[in-house]
Amino acid sequence: MQHDNLVEIEDVAFDYGARPVLKGINLTAKRGQVIAIMGSSGCGKTTLLRLIGGQITPSQGTGRVAGESLGELDQAGLYRLRRKMGMLFQFGALFTDMSVFDNVAFQLREHSDLPEDAIRDMVLMKLHAVGLRGAACLMPAELSGGMARRVALARAIALDPQLVMYDEPFAGLDPISLGVTGNLIRRLTDTLGLTSILVTHDVQESLKIVDYVYFVSEGVIVAEGTADDIRASGLPYVHQFVHGEAEGPVTFHYPAAPYVTDLRLGEQSA
Amino acid sequence: MLKQAIAHLGNRTLQGVGRIGFAVRFFVAILLHSGTAFRRFGLTIREMYFSGVQSLIIILVSGLFVGMVLGLQGYETLQTYGSEEALGILVAMSLVRELGPVVAALLFASRAGSAITAEIGLMKATEQLSAMEMMAVDPIARVVAPRFWAGVISMPLLAALFSAMGIFGGYLVGVQLIGVDEGAFWSQMQSAVDFEQDILNGVIKSVVFGIAITTIALFEGYDAPPTAEGVSGATTRTVVTSSLAVLALDFVLTAFMFRGLS
Ligand SMILES: Nc1ncnc2c1ncn2[C@@H]1O[C@H](COP(=O)(O)OP(=O)(O)OP(=O)(O)O)[C@@H](O)[C@H]1O
Ligand SMILES: [Mg+2]
Repeated sequence: MQHDNLVEIEDVAFDYGARPVLKGINLTAKRGQVIAIMGSSGCGKTTLLRLIGGQITPSQGTGRVAGESLGELDQAGLYRLRRKMGMLFQFGALFTDMSVFDNVAFQLREHSDLPEDAIRDMVLMKLHAVGLRGAACLMPAELSGGMARRVALARAIALDPQLVMYDEPFAGLDPISLGVTGNLIRRLTDTLGLTSILVTHDVQESLKIVDYVYFVSEGVIVAEGTADDIRASGLPYVHQFVHGEAEGPVTFHYPAAPYVTDLRLGEQSA
Repeated sequence: MLKQAIAHLGNRTLQGVGRIGFAVRFFVAILLHSGTAFRRFGLTIREMYFSGVQSLIIILVSGLFVGMVLGLQGYETLQTYGSEEALGILVAMSLVRELGPVVAALLFASRAGSAITAEIGLMKATEQLSAMEMMAVDPIARVVAPRFWAGVISMPLLAALFSAMGIFGGYLVGVQLIGVDEGAFWSQMQSAVDFEQDILNGVIKSVVFGIAITTIALFEGYDAPPTAEGVSGATTRTVVTSSLAVLALDFVLTAFMFRGLS
């Protein structure tokens, strides 16, 4: 194989205005692997996916997907590259003016000249894979949160892309759908030979299916390794995350002034 | 204090000019990405249904009432000069030249313009536009341009329907109710209304209004902050800005079109 790594992120930094979010991230995803990105809420995981999708441009560093450098592509090139990518958005982002069926069929209709019969079969296959074939003619407003997410998953894989990015695919799923979705991601990756990047908080579920894990904190990768490495890791950060402990190096709070100062406890007692 | 006020004013002015610049670039982008809207004309037809057909009732009813009022008021005035047969001319001229294009455009701005802004704004806020970009489909070509052309095509049709209903309303009041001579009403109207001077100019006006309203509505939606307040603010701005734009453009166009007339 020519490019073993489908995604290569090198020393990428990004900031929203004055606030740096990512400060030099290195990450690679090999073909056929499931990669997980974990980290506390607000640490920049969604931002990282948007960088890989070329929706935002890093202030520093380079990203390569399928051998193409993101920074050097013009809009047409970027769109060509994106046909090889699928993305599950954190909040689904289904087209609210189209039925479930039309949502999944959207890319097939936009990017191929397939006859409607063939599209129908392919869409029903994808919907069947996420267990929602029966919901094909519902509108997105008629779906529950977890169902919408599964439809979005079906839509993300509609074109059989080489790279699929899932932004929290497990959020809002019951334990059964959660296990099924996890297995689906693993199976898709293995049978279609695609590459999956998974952003998730669900450590236990994702450790079952992933090949490699990156932990992001304060804009950098603080730990990485295979699922077994992570389970066995002695790093306090990873330990805290895997076991969901409140006390440890991971701060639950968004940066703020000291609590005591904010509540003006000092002033009152003075 | 004063210095601050001046700085504030300058800042606002710069922001305003900047926004106009963005809007112009947005307009050019729509024109450049209009291929899909014509190649897959079904997309545009669908939007014509949403913005055009759904404005139909309000346009028809308003047209009827405006025409009826014109009939009453016109008769009152013409009667004092003993020329009530000219009522047909008065009603038709006022509608075709001015009231048809302008009032229909104002109604279109508040009915369809606000809906377009809200829809695009919400699509942006719920990441539907981002999702479309990630699927390698250009939202300007797929979502924005069809809505633009649908508005531009619908507007003159709606204005024509408004005028037709208005003339019918004037006829109802003038001829059927008050008793102006029916033959005079129609024949005077027919001989006085000029195709080029009146009807064509009216059509040109409503095409220009259609361009202005849909561009403003689409831009406000596309530019709206992705929050509930952002979208509601943008919707209000669409109605205010596009109504003002219609009235201002009407003055400019009228000044050019009817300058040579006595
Ligand atoms: N459009 C934006 N403008 C300004 N700041 C933003 C914007 N989007 C995100 N941020 C900031 O960037 C940081 C990273 O956001 P991001 O959405 O990538 O987090 P995340 O890791 O996906 O969090 P979560 O797990 O809660 O989804 C957050 O602290 C957020 O405040
Ligand atoms: Mg996120």
